[in-house]
Amino acid sequence: MAELTTTAPHAVRSAPRRRRWFRRNDIGPLEYSRKIWVQLFVGATFLMLYAPIITLVAYSFNDSRRNVVWKGFTFKYYIKAWNNDGLFEAFMNSITIAFMSTVISTILGAMVALLLWRFRFPGKAAYEGFMALPIVIPEICMGVAMLVFFARIGWPSGMPWPLNLSAITIAHIAFSFPFVAVVVRARMSGFNRELEEASKDLGASEWQTFWNVVFPFMKPGIVAGALLAFTLSLDDFVITFFTSGPDTVTFPVKVYSMVRFSVTPEVNAASTLLIVITVIATLFAMKFQAPDKGSAH
Amino acid sequence: MSEAIISIQNVTKRFGSVVAVDDVSFDIRPNEFFALLGPSGCGKTTLLRMISGLEIPSDGTILIDGMDTDGVPPNRRPVNMVFQSYAVFPHMTVLDNVGYGLKVVGTPKPEIEQRAREALEMVQLAELAERMPDQLSGGQRQRVALARALVKRPKVLLLDEPLSALDAKLREQMRLELAKLQESVGITFIIVTHDQDEALSMADRIAVMDGGRVSQIATPEELYESPKTRFVADFIGKVNLLDGEASRGRGNAVTVAVDGIGAFNVEDAEGVEGQVSLAIRPEKLKLSAKKPTGKDVKVQGKVVDLAYYGNASHVFLETTSGISLTANVQNDTRDFDDTLAVGDTTWVSWRATDALLLGG
Repeated sequence: MAELTTTAPHAVRSAPRRRRWFRRNDIGPLEYSRKIWVQLFVGATFLMLYAPIITLVAYSFNDSRRNVVWKGFTFKYYIKAWNNDGLFEAFMNSITIAFMSTVISTILGAMVALLLWRFRFPGKAAYEGFMALPIVIPEICMGVAMLVFFARIGWPSGMPWPLNLSAITIAHIAFSFPFVAVVVRARMSGFNRELEEASKDLGASEWQTFWNVVFPFMKPGIVAGALLAFTLSLDDFVITFFTSGPDTVTFPVKVYSMVRFSVTPEVNAASTLLIVITVIATLFAMKFQAPDKGSAH
Repeated sequence: MSEAIISIQNVTKRFGSVVAVDDVSFDIRPNEFFALLGPSGCGKTTLLRMISGLEIPSDGTILIDGMDTDGVPPNRRPVNMVFQSYAVFPHMTVLDNVGYGLKVVGTPKPEIEQRAREALEMVQLAELAERMPDQLSGGQRQRVALARALVKRPKVLLLDEPLSALDAKLREQMRLELAKLQESVGITFIIVTHDQDEALSMADRIAVMDGGRVSQIATPEELYESPKTRFVADFIGKVNLLDGEASRGRGNAVTVAVDGIGAFNVEDAEGVEGQVSLAIRPEKLKLSAKKPTGKDVKVQGKVVDLAYYGNASHVFLETTSGISLTANVQNDTRDFDDTLAVGDTTWVSWRATDALLLGG
C-alpha cells in the first residue's frame, strides 16, 4: 500500500482539485433556493399575498375620506371606528362568538379525534367521512341549511346578549369542530402506543394516563386546531350571514354592509385591528405549541 | 407452586383466527434470568404482554407470586416492563420519567425524588437527571426505561427486545450490564429476544418458542449441545443436519445410515428407529488434508465457499456424494488464508459422539 501513494505524481492530485474549485458555484439539482426563476416566483407570490394587506394597513392611517390618494398620516379613523357603536358592537359580537365557538369546537373536535384514534367500531370509516363533511360542503349550502334548520325548529330570537348569538355560535361550532378533529387526529397518528402502555404498566390509571401522557402529546394539535377554529369563526361571512338577525351583526357582516356604501378608512382601521388580534393569537399559539419532541419512534 | 414466581398454566391467546400462543405451560423461578427466544411471530412478545397484563389470555391462568392475575389490570400487577421503543415520556425530564411510577400511586414527593435518584444511580445516569429525553442517546434512553421500571421495586422485570435498537458494540456491553444488574437487584428478569447470542449469553434458562408453542426449556448449554428438536437445533447456532435411517445397534446404541456418508453408531439412543436427523455443530467438524486415522466418522469433500468472520471462518463443503456441510474453523494463526481455498479437496471428520440424534 505504501508504494502506491509514493508513486502517485503531483499532476494527478492537482487536476481534480482545480476542477472542483471551478465547479464550486454550480447549482445542485435540489438547490432550488439558488435558482433565479424560483427566487422570482417566490418573490412574486409574497408580493401578491402581502401587498393588499400592507395597503389596507397603510391606508387605515390615511387622512382622507376616500381610499384613493395619500393625504397624510392620522389616527383619526381608529378613533372614529372605536366610536362607531354599530361597528364596535359587531366587533364584540364576533370576538364573543369566536371565543365560545373555539372553546366548544376544540373540546368536541379533540374528543372526536380521540374516538377515531382510539377505538374500532362498526361504521367507523363512514363516521369519519360524515364528520369531515362540513369541511368540503360549500359554505353557501351550510348557510342555507342552518337558516332552514333554525327556522324550522323555531330557535328563539331576540334573547338578551350574549344568548342572542347562540344560533351563530352553534353554526360556527358545526363547521369548525371537524377542522380541529382532523388536525388532532393527524397529530395522534404519530403517538407511540407503548407510551400509554408504559404509563399503565407503571401503575397509572386510565385517567392519569390520559392527563399525564396522552394529553401532553395532543396539546400542539389542540392548540393548532383551536387557532384554526378561532380564525374560521372570526372571519366567517357566508354562514354567519344566513344565521344572523338584525340585532346580531358580526364584524364581517357589518364591514360588508358598510362597504356597500363606501370604503372608508374606518373599515381599514377596524380590519387592521382584526389582523393584529389574529397575529397575536397566532404568536401566542406558536409559543404554546412546544417543538415536536420525539413524537414517533 | 410456591417455588415459581410466575406460573403459566395452559395459556392460549387467539387474535381472531390466529393462535399466537398455543396452550403453553411452564414455571419461572424466583431470581432467575429467563429468556423467551424465538423467531418473529412465535408468540414470545404476546406471552410477555400477557404477564404484564397488556394482553388478556384467551384461555389458561397466569400466577404471579401465587396470585391469580385474572382480571388484574397492568397497573395493579407487581411486574414492570421495559418496552422495545423504551417508551420514555418525551415531555418529562429524566428524573420525572423515573419518578412517574411513584407519583401516580401517591408516593410522597421527597421519597419520589430520593428513590428516583437512587434508581438513576443504579443505571449510571445520575448526572443526566435534569435532561429531556430528546437530549439522550438510545442507550441512555434505555437506561431511563430500566430505572423507571426498577424504581417500582417489581417482583419481576419484563424486557421486550431491549437491545434490538442498539448498535452492536453497545449491545454487547449492555448484555453484561443487564446480567450484572439482575444479580445486584436480585429479582426475576424475563427477556424477550429473537437474538440467540443475547439469550445464550445472559439467561439462566431459555424457553425456545416456535409457532405459539414452547419447543424446549433448558439452560443455554443444554439447548446448544442437546437440542431436543430439529427446530431448536437449527435455531440455536449453526448446525449441519443430516437425514438418516436409524436401526437397532448393539446394546443401547443405534446404527444410523446416512446416504453418501455411511453407517455409524450413536450411543444412548435406545428405541429410536426410522427417519431421523443427525445434528453436528460446525465447530465439531475437523478438516485435514490427509485422511484422518482413528474411529471418527470421515468423509471427503470439496471447499465450495468461504465466509470470513475475523476470529473464525465458515467453510462450506460439498462431499463427493453431494451432501453440503459447514465447518467452523478458528483463525488462530494469521496466515489462515493460505491453508484453504475454494476448490480444495479436504477430509472432514467428527467424533461419532458429537453428532446428536433428533427424532423426526
